[in-house]
Amino acid sequence: MTVLTVNGKEHQVSADPNTPLLYVLRNDLKLNGAKFGCGLGQCGACTVLVDHEPVFSCVLPISVLEGRQITTVEGLGTPEQPGPLQRAFATEQAAQCGYCIAGMIMRAQGLLDHKPSPTDAEIRAHMEPNLCRCGTHMRILRAVRRAVSEMKTARTEPVR
Amino acid sequence: MVWRILIGFIVVIAVLFGGFYAWAWRSEIPPAQPHDASSFDPAIVAKGAQLAALGSCAVCHTKAGGKPYAGGYPVETPFGTIYGTNITPDRETGIGTWSAAAFQRAMREGVTRDGRHLYPAFPYDHFTYATDSDINALYAFIMTREPARQTDRRPDIIFPLNIRLFAAAWKLMFLHRGPYQTDVTRHDAWARGAYLIASLGHCGACHTPRNSLGAEKRAQAFDGGVGEGWRAPALNENSLAPAPWTAGALFNYLRHGFDAQHGHVAGPMAPVSHNLAKASESDVRAIAAYVASLSGARNGAAQPAKIEAALAAARKLTPPVYGATPANQTTGSAAASDSVGAKIFTGACATCHHSGGGLPVSRPVDLGLSTSLNSDDPANVLQIVLYGIHPPPGQAGRIMPGFQGALTEAQIVALTDYVRTHFTRKPQWNDVAGALAKIRRQRQAATETPQ
Repeated sequence: MTVLTVNGKEHQVSADPNTPLLYVLRNDLKLNGAKFGCGLGQCGACTVLVDHEPVFSCVLPISVLEGRQITTVEGLGTPEQPGPLQRAFATEQAAQCGYCIAGMIMRAQGLLDHKPSPTDAEIRAHMEPNLCRCGTHMRILRAVRRAVSEMKTARTEPVR
Repeated sequence: MVWRILIGFIVVIAVLFGGFYAWAWRSEIPPAQPHDASSFDPAIVAKGAQLAALGSCAVCHTKAGGKPYAGGYPVETPFGTIYGTNITPDRETGIGTWSAAAFQRAMREGVTRDGRHLYPAFPYDHFTYATDSDINALYAFIMTREPARQTDRRPDIIFPLNIRLFAAAWKLMFLHRGPYQTDVTRHDAWARGAYLIASLGHCGACHTPRNSLGAEKRAQAFDGGVGEGWRAPALNENSLAPAPWTAGALFNYLRHGFDAQHGHVAGPMAPVSHNLAKASESDVRAIAAYVASLSGARNGAAQPAKIEAALAAARKLTPPVYGATPANQTTGSAAASDSVGAKIFTGACATCHHSGGGLPVSRPVDLGLSTSLNSDDPANVLQIVLYGIHPPPGQAGRIMPGFQGALTEAQIVALTDYVRTHFTRKPQWNDVAGALAKIRRQRQAATETPQ
């Protein structure tokens, strides 16, 4: 049994310890946000956060993840109460087919967790590992910038 | 009596220093008139472009995301950080006022147009061997680039080496002025390669070890050195590559960044190979021919047989895939198939690396053929495991993802011990954790350097 902490909740997982996290998330825990793209760590569709660092879940066995915090796109918000990045991606209509978007959001979240006000160049460099086959990169970048500015506004609003 | 000795001593010192100062003093070369780009012969400019690619000038003279040749790239040395200068023809911040004679003096003697001594991070100890016509072609190429306004950043060199006169003293001890002495018995690609490597290619800058004053140890040429936190492997008979380096393999590696018996270029060599793709093909073949001859004594005549043997040995060391038991399993050691490292390898690495070159996308080679895994220290393996292999920004190329955020320090150490002991017949490396911490510190410092 492997114990995984996903979105703040502990799960007992009976899968082989060599199984990539992605399969466990989708098949065992029914968290279908992260996608299988290439299975080789080349495309980023499977990106999730481990201890606030974006990782490719398709090439990460669950044996290395005990005691670490795993965050998937489901952990950022709900359809009723989306998180800032999720809301910004929806507002900017950043998804075309949508297959890469969960990975894009998680990679962006990994940046904003460390750096709340990244420059444009930093956003571009950080997002580079994730591919979008539809070519909506400009909208994705707009969405990240929108999330940055909305989160900044939220922080600077006076508490009532 | 004591006074007379003391005064005599002071006089001798003063005379010696005066002599050194007179020797070291360089006059200013008057500013050149503004150049009209059309005054340069396009054929010469094209030749200069190929030579600039061969010498990878752009690497140190361009900062990340900056304008080409406008400088700012930090070159880390044991004595501090030196920043590549602006060599675009901007007349105020670049070298637009430099005449051909001033450019030639900088390349041969390491002196700026206004007479200041340059630090040997600019490899004039190699460029001094370049021919007049090659230097003039480079000059034509540089003077026809887009001028970029960008003020040079002052070097952060430790005292007292930040006094420029120390660079002159360094030259007195270590600069062996050109011209390059050709082997008069050879007039072929080999001789051309020898010249290019000694001069504009400046391969020894990384691949030859340096002494405590930062000069290349000429007696140990191409024994392997260090650069930017990576090991630059030996190019001579001390090469640790399991499969011998043939001229053909070197050409593949240098020109295309990949050879099936050696793997992909990585680290500081990646931009070199990327640039060599734009150099003259015959020059790259010449370099390959010469470098192959450096390890020729080791390889002997039976190269195909040795490559076959290396491949067969690497195949014997195939990794365990999902429960299979490896042939050379040593129970209880880092190489055991049930060790922590083996499990990480199976889950994180084997998807690509078990196929030994069969994978069409990233084409990893048999790890048993890796020079990095056979190296004396784990620096290169750690660099690749932590940060992966990536093409230049915005360009297509092979990718290996880095695992720095995915694996903990202890997991990376276990994985490194496993791949080292499983894929080579060499002993475990000492202090992998220490090497890992050092690389992370260097990376941290580099990303925090303000641009």
